[in-house]
Amino acid sequence: MFTKLLNWVDDRFPFTDTWERHLSKYPAPIGQNFWYLAGVLMVVVLVIQLISGIWLLMSYEATVEEAFASIQYIMRDVDYGWIIRYMHTTGSSMFFLLIYLHMFRGLLYGSYQKPRELLWILGWFTYIILVAEGFTGYVLPWGQMSFWAAQVIMSLFGSIPFIGEELLTWIRGDYMISGITLGRLFAFHVVLLPLALIAVVFVHIIALHEVGSNNPEGIDVKKHVDEDGVPLDTVPFFPYDVMKDIFAIGVFLIIFCFIIFFFPDGGGYLIEYVNYEEANNLITPEHIVPAWYYTPYYAMLRAITFPIGPLTAKFLGFVIMTAGMVIIAFVPWLDRSPVKSIRYKGMYSKLALCGLVVSFFVLGYLGMIRPNPLRTALAQVFTALYFAYFLLMPFYTKYEKCKTVPDRIKLQ
Amino acid sequence: MKSFFFVISLFSLTIFSAEGEPCGDYLSSDGLHRGICEEADTDYLDKASLQKGAKMFMNYCYGCHSLKYARFNRVAKDLGIPEDLFQKHLLFGDQKMGDLMTISMDQSEAKDWFGVAPPDLTLEVSLRGADWLYTYLISFYEDESRPLGVNNKVLENVGMPHVLSNLQGLQKSICKQVSQSASNGGLKQDPLSGEIITKEQCGFLVVEEEGEMNPKEFKASMKNLTNFLSYMSDPIEEERKYIGKFVVLYLIIFSILSYLLYREFKKDVH
Repeated sequence: MFTKLLNWVDDRFPFTDTWERHLSKYPAPIGQNFWYLAGVLMVVVLVIQLISGIWLLMSYEATVEEAFASIQYIMRDVDYGWIIRYMHTTGSSMFFLLIYLHMFRGLLYGSYQKPRELLWILGWFTYIILVAEGFTGYVLPWGQMSFWAAQVIMSLFGSIPFIGEELLTWIRGDYMISGITLGRLFAFHVVLLPLALIAVVFVHIIALHEVGSNNPEGIDVKKHVDEDGVPLDTVPFFPYDVMKDIFAIGVFLIIFCFIIFFFPDGGGYLIEYVNYEEANNLITPEHIVPAWYYTPYYAMLRAITFPIGPLTAKFLGFVIMTAGMVIIAFVPWLDRSPVKSIRYKGMYSKLALCGLVVSFFVLGYLGMIRPNPLRTALAQVFTALYFAYFLLMPFYTKYEKCKTVPDRIKLQ
Repeated sequence: MKSFFFVISLFSLTIFSAEGEPCGDYLSSDGLHRGICEEADTDYLDKASLQKGAKMFMNYCYGCHSLKYARFNRVAKDLGIPEDLFQKHLLFGDQKMGDLMTISMDQSEAKDWFGVAPPDLTLEVSLRGADWLYTYLISFYEDESRPLGVNNKVLENVGMPHVLSNLQGLQKSICKQVSQSASNGGLKQDPLSGEIITKEQCGFLVVEEEGEMNPKEFKASMKNLTNFLSYMSDPIEEERKYIGKFVVLYLIIFSILSYLLYREFKKDVH
């Protein structure tokens, strides 16, 4: 009966074929480690965000008068509304944590190198959409920090020479952040950006399944295949990778739920304390900071304190901050190394990657605290170090001595 | 080498220096710390304290401060106050148990009276912290230079009058000779005579004429009030932590089982 139904469907839609190609028989390289879990966990978080988002949407009101109160309505009067909201706030931070781990994994094992350039670019688009999604979502609760973060970030467009002011008014839809702005950010957050995110993630996964997953050794598993054309150093996704992923999801959910139930505002990092006060355009908070996942780039923005010719410091900071995100997309063409994985790259690559990680953390910290001259100087040094990783990559990857990559993956 | 460490420590001091103390000009009772909040010792399980705090709030604060995101019947249920008693003693006018805890005072008029409209307090503890609120409540003092004759150590030049002065009495800010703490953790002493070195320190709060409560009772009731407002900011805390234990326990068992399953399958991979 079941086979009959399956045949009926298969005659009209490539169901079995798709199922086997993308799930049950997808060849996953052996030897994939901890770093390879972020991808599947992000799919879990994406689903959490979509579902909790739909439920939040049922009670949220995107108006200046009601936005803040509707969040409290969800927290207090909607049955289990607090779980839904905390899932969404924790989910957003987790999404960023995982995407940073995922990107770091790519840099660590050279997962962007030929033939995975397009895969990397698609992943980069996911990150950029996520940045926009995070920003638009941050404004919706209409707390003090929502309002003033929107004010600061949107005003960056106003720093663009000549067209800035008019562009800013056009983006805001008003002369200041208002209900009009809230309405647009809301529309973007719940329709445009999630659609784009799902589409790009889908294409990212299709692209991954076309070129195959990389592994910590950076060995091309497709060079050695069995008589059926299946790479030898792989296992079928089901059941081997699925079992590993289910275990990983379990551990991840322990952490996730621990935060939701015992530590929902994350000491002010997941939900900022200042955001417990309704937005007020007459009172500026003492210290405006973005959410933690933007702070490395916020530190870059603040690091530029000097104008060059007619270009203001603010505009230059904006350019550097944007460049800091955009430059990541170019890594496949900056890396000239003959090997993929950091395990076989030379000392320069290792030092450079360490430099990147250190600068990311230091900038992240500096972005959270008040600036003073020393902190600004530090932010400048570490911004330079951050860019050095990318801009010097063509040189240090070309002139360093790499180890020989073995032919096959050996499990320890 | 010594100078190197000196530079490093100076450097890190500038990088990691504190971002200002939270409790303004509040001086601890021993005179050693300024700006550090007293501990409010909130306990969401202490229903008696929450009930006393609710009573205090409804009698002394609710005239000016709303709790506009909360509802009466929810408070009654969470605090274990029977609805008929709540209605009889804590509800005013024609308000109903299912209503939001709003106030009838006109915001713009209130702004004229106090300089700033009294804020809604539903989320005050989430915003500023319980310790801050408690310290604020106990640090009103007499100050003739202010329009209402009182000032506050935590929030200087606050517009709020000392509503609780009939309970606390009026505190005065005075100066005293106090000992100083030395770098070894003891008290600073004169190296020759061994006498403890003192210094004049201003900002001590003393009640000259007690109100209906003595200082100890007043502090205890302010802790109750803070506890109530802490509950108000996060009314779900008790249920959240209760459910959370089961959720996390379930996930731990799930993870252990899925690990055992994963380990079995892993044996196939060579």
